Amino acid sequence: MSVDGDEVKVLHGPEHPLSVGWTKSQTMTLFDDPQNPLTLESGGVLAAVETEFETYGRLNDQASNAILICHALTGDAHAAGWDLDPIGPLREFRRKKPGWWDSMIGPGKAIDTNRFFVICANVLGSCYGSAGPGSINPETGRPYGLTFPVVTVGDWARIQMELLTRLGVHKIYSAIGGSMGGQIGLELALAYPERVGSIVVLSAGHRVTTQGLAFNAVGRHAIMNDPNFNSGDYYGGPPPLAGLAAARMMAQITYLSEESMGYKFGRRLRGKESPDFTLTGIEFEMESYLSHQAESFVKRYDANSYLYMTRAMDYYEAAEKWGQGDLTKTAARIKARTMVVSFSSDWLFPPELCRELVSAMCRAGCPVSYLNVPSRYGHDAFLVETEAVRRLITIFLKE
Amino acid sequence: MANDIFHLPEGPITKAELMDLTMKHLLAKLRDEYEPPKSVSSRRWQDNVILGEIVPGSTVLDLGCGQGELLGRLIADMGVKGQAVEVDPEAAMAAMELGVPVLSLDLNEVIGDFPDQSFDCVILESTLQTLKEPLKVMGQILRVGRRAIVSFPNFGHWRVRLDLAIRGRMPVTKGLPYSWHDTPNIHLFTLVDFLDWCQASQVRVAKGFALVEGNVQPLNEDSNLSAEEVLVILEKDEASQRGESTTPTTCP
Repeated sequence: MSVDGDEVKVLHGPEHPLSVGWTKSQTMTLFDDPQNPLTLESGGVLAAVETEFETYGRLNDQASNAILICHALTGDAHAAGWDLDPIGPLREFRRKKPGWWDSMIGPGKAIDTNRFFVICANVLGSCYGSAGPGSINPETGRPYGLTFPVVTVGDWARIQMELLTRLGVHKIYSAIGGSMGGQIGLELALAYPERVGSIVVLSAGHRVTTQGLAFNAVGRHAIMNDPNFNSGDYYGGPPPLAGLAAARMMAQITYLSEESMGYKFGRRLRGKESPDFTLTGIEFEMESYLSHQAESFVKRYDANSYLYMTRAMDYYEAAEKWGQGDLTKTAARIKARTMVVSFSSDWLFPPELCRELVSAMCRAGCPVSYLNVPSRYGHDAFLVETEAVRRLITIFLKE
Repeated sequence: MANDIFHLPEGPITKAELMDLTMKHLLAKLRDEYEPPKSVSSRRWQDNVILGEIVPGSTVLDLGCGQGELLGRLIADMGVKGQAVEVDPEAAMAAMELGVPVLSLDLNEVIGDFPDQSFDCVILESTLQTLKEPLKVMGQILRVGRRAIVSFPNFGHWRVRLDLAIRGRMPVTKGLPYSWHDTPNIHLFTLVDFLDWCQASQVRVAKGFALVEGNVQPLNEDSNLSAEEVLVILEKDEASQRGESTTPTTCP
């Protein structure tokens, strides 16, 4: 289990009637007018922003049935179906599993592709087809590395809206996302109140907690202190895999909960009855799980992108951006029909944090739906509690 | 079932004893004829009354919305801007399905979030008697809403009185369908009790309705005895509406 669906249950293959089938990603170059490059919130400037995306279903004649799916921290545009042709080592994992939210998206599923035109775009700074630190800087002919400008949730919202415009969608029916994806959905509703019909915010809020900032700091510290890091200029050489692995192991803990770890692993030893009294070997099931997770993660993610993604999450503070620090004033901007869902054991985006946004909407006089799903699965619950999430999304999208 | 009614003894009895027994038999007969009805949703008559009282296009907060039938109708048919609160997640999801924005939270947790006078009307249907701190919530409701619509079972209804008097047991009636041990109704009161509170708290009863033998009628002086259930429309007395109130921010 993980926020990006590392262990998504394989529900069915591409031929199954509930599957969107084989998928092929598309790429669009946005802000490609040299006179009007994209100026990011950090001040950085990018001309010609490559954005990878996938779409499922058909846009109707009124262009009124578009649903934007916003992926989480280490996610990608491949939200549903089976990648027809995974290109490059980072995408190898796609051969064994469908898109990260295949349980929700498909013909007859909660996000019904018979009814909706579904779009999912990889965010700027990531390593799955959109421009990022691993892309070639046209000015140097070498990968950007850390010279890639710092990106923010606000930038992502802007880029995704631009993509939608180019796809002929003026107003989206809904933006749906969990965790970092929920932040993007919220930002879209704040930045483009007239263009966002509704949002579903799962396990996310208007900011990360101080504890969340701390977790992200440890992750970046591990990467940046890897001997192979070389100030982010490691492309062509050995990447800082040990640092990335440590970052992932720590993050993985924040996606679980004491209860779910206890339930799943307890204090069980790994394949033995008694301990080996070793400092370097793997003794516990819990250790084994984390190292396995880290191992598969480093095969599919770029360390620099991890720095950019976590930083963007850190910086997001909707109230600072939209209400001079006043969350009520911020919430008053929202015109989208809104559903906020938290999960009881989530300690990365705890229910209390989700409630802050909900309370602000109440104070602002904006109608809102909120439900705290009882779950032992921690932050991962938004991907693991498929039945509850499926039901809530189905209800919310009902005509 | 045990019986607390005296049985006629053998042998001579005094006149006073006979009177006493007659009275008891009479009451026993009444009790036998009166079958307490099973649990019946009392929301229907209340919903119908409320539908007639809500101004189209106004703002309504429904506390304890249940499955959201009422607010769903108000939103769909009358263009009301509504918000609901329902602690039971299953009921809340049913309400969401009707297009009602629902906070699945305890109303005590959430009522404080709403600004002063931010709703044209706040509805509290058949819920007051279930609250731990009913008067605190009443105060909040009248702070948040310009008007409040409150309904409750009337413990002063004659059947309730008779049930307690004759059976010697906690009343089980249409309006109060639960047994003593499983009732959510933890603060039972009569219409008169409630009106006393209104008077003491400068709350004006703008309108009132009583459910009497299945018919809805305006409240009158007999209602404390005749009303099974009561629905009142309350307003804070003009004179008492002083003091600062925070200006609510509203969505454009």
